[in-house]
Amino acid sequence: MEEGDSEMNRRLEVRGVTKVFNTEEGVIKALENINLEVKPGEFLCIIGPSGCGKTTLLRMIAGLDYPTRGKIILDGKEVRGPSPDRGMVFQEFSLFPWRTVLKNVEFGLQMQGIDASRRREIAKKYIGLVGLDGFENHYPYELSGGMKQRVAIARALATEPSILLMDEPFGSVDAQTRNILQEELLQIWQRTGKTVLFVTHSVDEAVYLADRVVVMSARPGSIVECMKIGIVRPRKRTSMEANVIRERLLRLLISERKKTGIFR
Amino acid sequence: MKAWIRGNAQGLGLLIAVITLWEFMAGYVVKNPLILPRFSAVIFSIYMLRHLLIEDIAISLLHFGIGLSTAFLVALPLAIGMGWFQKIFRMVDPIIEILRPIPPLAWIPIAMVWFHLTHYAAGFIIFIGAFFPILIDSYTGFRNVPKVLVETGKVLGCINARKLIKYVAFPYALPFIATGTRVGMGVGWMCVVAAEMFGVSESGLGYRLFQKFYFLHQMDYVVAYMLVLGLVALCLDRLFRSLVEERLFKWKKGIVK
Repeated sequence: MEEGDSEMNRRLEVRGVTKVFNTEEGVIKALENINLEVKPGEFLCIIGPSGCGKTTLLRMIAGLDYPTRGKIILDGKEVRGPSPDRGMVFQEFSLFPWRTVLKNVEFGLQMQGIDASRRREIAKKYIGLVGLDGFENHYPYELSGGMKQRVAIARALATEPSILLMDEPFGSVDAQTRNILQEELLQIWQRTGKTVLFVTHSVDEAVYLADRVVVMSARPGSIVECMKIGIVRPRKRTSMEANVIRERLLRLLISERKKTGIFR
Repeated sequence: MKAWIRGNAQGLGLLIAVITLWEFMAGYVVKNPLILPRFSAVIFSIYMLRHLLIEDIAISLLHFGIGLSTAFLVALPLAIGMGWFQKIFRMVDPIIEILRPIPPLAWIPIAMVWFHLTHYAAGFIIFIGAFFPILIDSYTGFRNVPKVLVETGKVLGCINARKLIKYVAFPYALPFIATGTRVGMGVGWMCVVAAEMFGVSESGLGYRLFQKFYFLHQMDYVVAYMLVLGLVALCLDRLFRSLVEERLFKWKKGIVK
């Protein structure tokens, strides 16, 4: 990681956040009193049973949803809406289909009013970073699922956000591609020194990627445990230590799942 | 050219068969040009009427242009409003749904009273025909913008409604707008005869067909004008497709074709 991270990557704090949805079926409490602190440059994974509100938490940090109670603070300032200082990669393919790879990556820069030649230069840099040199003028329909998500990552990084939010970004690609993308993401993370907040339902993915794993309970979601993953990088997926941690996390998740009654 | 003929061989073959059958039926079975003029007589009529035809096509295109362009200019902003803002949709939709089923022909008296015997009266009937398809397809486009694209836009700094419409919703809806316009063009053209029938001008394809040839029982001329009406529409449609669809929607290839 580079020097000066504390300036580039700002500290994220989630303070006492509760989220309640008013739906047609009634009031649903999605999250209950979440407290979380993410250090600059940290790679944090959030796992939990489906419907535990992990995506909701990420969306609130992105500014796409608002907490019912509590605050989300980035660098001392409360989050009140979406902003390019928080990049987001969605699970669904989210490229603008009418724009080429280059124009997709340029989108955020264009919104900031950066002139065309500078835009192009920055976009090319990030397209290179995700290994898609030569695909600048392709349309999304010409790309594979994994390539689409790489473009989405490049697009999220192009505006130089201080934190990268990822909502199961590799959930819809095949297993092999997924492994490759994980490795590439780690390289990008190490090269850029960004803070990454990564939501996943895969224990394997979390153990391979994260500095720290946050385990959430079934609905209403709350934090059950924060686990440091101390394995040195580059990690081996099949190492003994990885298996031990995986086992512990799986146990935690199963006991959470039992509470929801799915296994009963 | 050779390749084109090979690609369309079956269609061309059937076309020639139908024309031959028509010629044979008219000449040897019906034997009454008032009921069915021969194909050759119709083609000869087109040749005879060539000077008149050009004037009539020009006037009809004028009426069509007035109707279609106003329909587009009114429908598009309304479609953006209805497609993007649920409130506007709820307010306007009932009115649209009441007006939509009224046949354009029923508007003729209104057109006469409002615009008298002018080109605008004919344009108004064509406007009614073209307006609803353009409006409905376009607002469907704006309503269907995937949530994930809107949210991606927001996260990347496209915050207010104006920017979101310009950079996310509008490009997404463009193919819908194009389809609506194409359908609207078709319906609008069908209204040309009705619009000119009541004599807003002393020329125009519909006026000539209905007010002159039909009254004189010149059926070969009537059928000649019918064929021209079809051919002009075909050309307009092809022109629109080559100008708009093929160029604008390279990115849609993977999705629709």
